[in-house]
Amino acid sequence: MTTTSPTAARYAGSRVHRVEDARLLTGRGTYVDDIELPRMVHACFVRSPMARATIVSIDASAAAALPGVVAVFTAADLNGGVKEQWHTSSGEEGPETPRPPLAEGEVRFVGDPVVLVVAGSRYIAEDAAELVEIDYEPLTPVVDYTQAAEATELVHTSHGSNIIGDLGAFPLSTFDDVFDSAAHVVSETIYQQGYAPVPMEGRGLIVDHSATTGDLTIYSATQSPHEVRMFCARLLGLPEHRIRVVMRDTGGSFGQKVMVQRDEMCLMLAGPKLGVPVKWVEDRQENLLSAGMSRREHGVARMAFDDDGVIQAATIDFVQDCGAYPTPWPVMTAAAVGVFFPGPYRVSKATFQARTVYTNTVGRTAYRGPWQFESLAREVLLDIAARRIGIDPAELRRRNLLRKEDIPYASPYGMTYEQISPMETFEQALSMLDYDAFRVEQAQARAAGRYLGVGISNYVEPSTPGYGYYGTEAATIRVEPSGKVNVHVVGGSCGNSIETTVIQLTADALGLNIDDVATVQGDTAVTSFGAGTAGSRSGSMTAGAVGQTATILREKLAAIAAHLLEAAVGDIELTDSRATVRGTPTVGITMAEMAKVAYFEPQKLPPGMTAGLEASSRYTATDTSIFVNATHVCTCEVDPVTGRVDLLRYIVSEDCGPMINPNVVEGQIAGGVVQGIGGALYEELAYDEDGNPVTTTFADYLLPTSTEVPIIEYGHIETPSPGPGGYKGVGEGGAIGAPPAVVNAVADALSPFGVTITRLPLSPARLVGLLDPSTRAADGSDQ
Amino acid sequence: MTEIAIKITVNGRPQEAVVEPRLTLADFLRENCRLTGTHLACEHGVCGACTVLVDGAAVRSCLMFAVQAADREVTTVEGIAAPDGTLSPVQAAFRDCHGLQCGFCTPGFIMSLTALLRDNPDPTDEDIRVGLSGNLCRCTGYQGILAAARQAAPGPAEA
Repeated sequence: MTTTSPTAARYAGSRVHRVEDARLLTGRGTYVDDIELPRMVHACFVRSPMARATIVSIDASAAAALPGVVAVFTAADLNGGVKEQWHTSSGEEGPETPRPPLAEGEVRFVGDPVVLVVAGSRYIAEDAAELVEIDYEPLTPVVDYTQAAEATELVHTSHGSNIIGDLGAFPLSTFDDVFDSAAHVVSETIYQQGYAPVPMEGRGLIVDHSATTGDLTIYSATQSPHEVRMFCARLLGLPEHRIRVVMRDTGGSFGQKVMVQRDEMCLMLAGPKLGVPVKWVEDRQENLLSAGMSRREHGVARMAFDDDGVIQAATIDFVQDCGAYPTPWPVMTAAAVGVFFPGPYRVSKATFQARTVYTNTVGRTAYRGPWQFESLAREVLLDIAARRIGIDPAELRRRNLLRKEDIPYASPYGMTYEQISPMETFEQALSMLDYDAFRVEQAQARAAGRYLGVGISNYVEPSTPGYGYYGTEAATIRVEPSGKVNVHVVGGSCGNSIETTVIQLTADALGLNIDDVATVQGDTAVTSFGAGTAGSRSGSMTAGAVGQTATILREKLAAIAAHLLEAAVGDIELTDSRATVRGTPTVGITMAEMAKVAYFEPQKLPPGMTAGLEASSRYTATDTSIFVNATHVCTCEVDPVTGRVDLLRYIVSEDCGPMINPNVVEGQIAGGVVQGIGGALYEELAYDEDGNPVTTTFADYLLPTSTEVPIIEYGHIETPSPGPGGYKGVGEGGAIGAPPAVVNAVADALSPFGVTITRLPLSPARLVGLLDPSTRAADGSDQ
Repeated sequence: MTEIAIKITVNGRPQEAVVEPRLTLADFLRENCRLTGTHLACEHGVCGACTVLVDGAAVRSCLMFAVQAADREVTTVEGIAAPDGTLSPVQAAFRDCHGLQCGFCTPGFIMSLTALLRDNPDPTDEDIRVGLSGNLCRCTGYQGILAAARQAAPGPAEA
């Protein structure tokens, strides 16, 4: 039936202005800290100053006596209230990290929450926190994760080992015969430093417990209000429907706010004891101390090549630091590093081992491309291999990348890559640069004593997980009695523009003028369950939910219009917020007129049709993953005297399928790329050897600023996915592709010096050290 | 703690309060004036999210006490659109150029850029980059922000 096919796309694909912007540009957004409730009190944590110590005693009497203080909680007050603690994506049966809300008996990292102070204002809560006296007996911490597996000291004594898990495919020796007989074998141990998502808004929540009903309302900075609700229901043993979680604006997250952590557990436990709403908003120091670390890891990456540089086998032996309290359980994510290590290349023989370890540092959390080390290790190794074999790094990739005729391609671990285009994005990106011309420019520059370099990285990533907790998404589309339309989805935006996206998709699906559509998101009371933003899933999953729901409503609208206009259902077209008869566009009826009939004159509806004008439906993903590929190409100049790196051009060619809003796609790529540049060059969540964090302010933890970033150039290849609209996920890729592209560019610039770069970040000091023969030996594995 | 009576003109309206000397200007604006558009993202003067104009100069309201702003004029992000709600040229350029995503750093950028372009209506790209280097953004990679600054710059003054 023609009316059930979508109307012509009018908004999808165009650079529609964001509906979020009007409030955010005028200071009228609603972030957690902007919410004020009657009688609200404020919480502040007292955190451990030691990496590992026994808590001998806590004296909170002076704090409790301070005027304005409402309560002081220790583990003895809160921890007994925990009924269950597990994240929905890990599952009830899954192994979990021990996760005491407040530290109990032992502190396990600097920043570990020990005492929760609640007072009438944040100022008084902080005053009181300083009056809490805690006597610690220091213990030897496990700081260096590379030694954690063998350490005699244990981070969690109850676990019996510092190894959280070992997962792998075949033994690493499986393909030794291939390596033994290969023309070239290249193996390097590549280290990535710890860095973090660092959203501009820290974590925060308000817990409002109603003493009369026992109901709980939580306002949270989160990516997933439904996960906050489910977690809280289990934590407190409350029925899920007695809890409402509301998120309004959330100031960035990038993975850090995707799951409930211990600090939030404390607030959930304290709320019902207080009888008044309680707010906790993390400050920057807390965020850098306690909100989580990502990336600290290394791997022995090894590839065998034949005479022509064709990859014969690839293995990686990977170890990941998970800190003291990782969220979520990290073993599967670590294994993904191994699974995706072969990348978008023809590699038939591959294996890996992946080990996760506890240390006395802040816990690992999700971060944009949680397994991006696979791309870093592979792409950096490929450049090292190219230099050793004596082949141009672009040519080495060209000989191994998946070509159109190789696809569909079964990866060594059984995933099938279809609908991807690695060779096409690669050639497009090189062409945008004019790679050959750059090599000429580079040679001329070198002759003049200047060091330019070019770095390439290719990757394929799984987006839109289509299983379990993530595998469905719901929408409700409601034509209100005036004919205006509201679309309800859970959303979970921390900046990803999903409000605009959903409005674009709904307007197209129902032939509406975009100003006639609004969206309601982020409130568990009025949106059906959904996993929120994670895994680059929002575009595809909400497109599925909106599309499926709109189909139901479109059929009803067509039937109403046909009945009222005395036309055939098949001749009804929905456009401009009207239903018209094909061929005679002057004959029509507005959405407002149809809504009036549907709500107030149901006797005029087609016989048997129910009154009202809304539909709800839940979309089920059809694929386990939707694969996305891209190529990043970066050029730079390195000053060998100062170690300064200037990025010159940055090109991303990606294949995310059709774009719903090119501004949003480019914005996601740019944001991810600059986070990756930060990781390659500037950022490090660093600890000293005693486990003291040394980067707890923005003066020490260096984010990229407007003076360092290159202009990012975008290329686009469009291979539709098998999912709704052909869309793919594009939220994480920028942060995956950028670090290896930048590292390779710097290494290429410095290739005349014969250095091999295997440790990040590429700070001026590290580069100068690499170039100075007298200090090179001091830099560990660099050679 | 001894409290001090202050008067501050905020977005053209006189505000009076009796405050602790330690109350920051940012908290005064957010809590006393209920102007929550000024955001706190580091509270140590690096990120620029809390930037407001004090007597026209861009300042970090987390590093200034409310009492230091006594008898001065403060402009926040809530105060720069036209009275009829029309966005200022800087605000409109941020919208046009996708200069914001989560929006948390945005008020600070808008205030910094508003001051920058007032003082230098025809900045070079380098002027813009340096002028905005005291504001941190984690979402946009600065791409849309730099484009917005370019769009919003009035250009060379008429002779």
